[in-house]
Amino acid sequence: MTAKLQAATTVPVGVVAAMGGVVRRDLQASFRQPQDLLNPLLFFMMVVTLFPLGVSPEESFLRQSGSGILWVAALLSTLLSLDHLFRHDFDNGTLEQLVLQPQPLYLLVLAKTLAHWLVTGLPLVLLAPVLAVMLHLEGNSIAILCLTLLIGTPVLSFIGSVGAALTLGLRSGGVLLSLLIIPLYIPVLIFGTGTVAAAAGGASVGAYLALMGAFLVLSVTLAPFASAAALRISLSNS
Amino acid sequence: MSMWRWFHKFGSPKWFFDIASRLIPWLLGTGLVLLLTGLVWGLAFAPQDYLQGNSYRIIFIHVPSAFLAQSVYLMMASAAVVTLVWKMKLADVFVQTMAPVGALLTFLALFTGAVWGKPTWGTWWVWDARLTSMLILLFLYCGVIVLGRAIADEKSSARAVAVLVLVGVVNIPIIKYSVDWWNTLHQPATFTLTKRPSMPVEMWAPLLLSVVGLYLLFGWLTCVRMQTGILVREHRTSWVRALVRSQGV
Repeated sequence: MTAKLQAATTVPVGVVAAMGGVVRRDLQASFRQPQDLLNPLLFFMMVVTLFPLGVSPEESFLRQSGSGILWVAALLSTLLSLDHLFRHDFDNGTLEQLVLQPQPLYLLVLAKTLAHWLVTGLPLVLLAPVLAVMLHLEGNSIAILCLTLLIGTPVLSFIGSVGAALTLGLRSGGVLLSLLIIPLYIPVLIFGTGTVAAAAGGASVGAYLALMGAFLVLSVTLAPFASAAALRISLSNS
Repeated sequence: MSMWRWFHKFGSPKWFFDIASRLIPWLLGTGLVLLLTGLVWGLAFAPQDYLQGNSYRIIFIHVPSAFLAQSVYLMMASAAVVTLVWKMKLADVFVQTMAPVGALLTFLALFTGAVWGKPTWGTWWVWDARLTSMLILLFLYCGVIVLGRAIADEKSSARAVAVLVLVGVVNIPIIKYSVDWWNTLHQPATFTLTKRPSMPVEMWAPLLLSVVGLYLLFGWLTCVRMQTGILVREHRTSWVRALVRSQGV
């Protein structure tokens, strides 16, 4: 038995297999804690509800600001869910094991953030069209909006992972995380809503989408470096 | 080898403390003289602008503070690299003691910009690219200050802040080039290294004096604040104790 275990633990695991393992494990863990999956979605819907009730239920207002409302709500709800990204693993010690793995931490963090987007960002994108119809957006705008959210929410997850890693284990982590990350989210928000506004104005959206694609590529490739460094700092601190 | 010895020496808090003590009067003196000359010349004697009249004179405060607000962040970013790569304590002392000064300068640039915007654009604030990215810079400074204070452990705090500063660097080129890339309300840069300024010499000379003066005063403030930071961090070392005893405190 021990010999078998020994053998199992010393089998070298490829980088891709390790990343796949991290994604699978994180997805499994989230589906076993469905409230973590649901809370950001509920929050997303409730924030969107606040605007027609708080500002104006006028169709013309909602049509004009609907994409902005959905983007802001998606941003806030991502922010809210970021605290969970490393927190559980930090509390139960899994994170330390992750740092000790022979595979580069950069790639493991990338896999973790990807899993985080799959359980928080992707559902937002899928729910957005329903809320967009409730905000009286038109068909073409809805399609563009969902496309920008599809490109933009992973950017939010990846940038946010840096903040989540930096504030790990701090007492006032949640508020601090928002303070650090919101400034970095602003450009994504501007171009995300800018794309929809350009489409509604009849302009071409190619340039906007290309810029958002650039954000995505840069954040996926660079943010895990910073997150991995930040994780090492936070773990050495605890 | 000598470079490494120099590097080691420069990284020593005591060495820096002594150098700073010697630099402080010079930086303060020349900085004050240049800034005051620039301001008095610019505010009282420089010619009026043919379009904006006297209201353009705020440029002598607005441009130096905006200039410095951005370069302080770049200096902090360079210090952050030093913190992460060579783990030099002094670099972190610089980042953490000067972040509030950077925030203050950014606020000053935004405030004077608002005061200038009212008579020329007819509004205190517009959401244009330059103004928004300066506001983001202010938020970034605040984030650096808040994160630095939230982490009690000195070493972790230094490295975490350094990572945050480096991530925020993406904003600097956006601020710098926002007025060139986007056709916005804000006018293009006043000074460039390659072209002659579009202003007459009676206007840009006092402006240059106040920019240089403010840089020198910033250097003075850096020395003073870093000295304080060093005293706080090194208060257990023998040289600090000896210093405090010799001052008769």
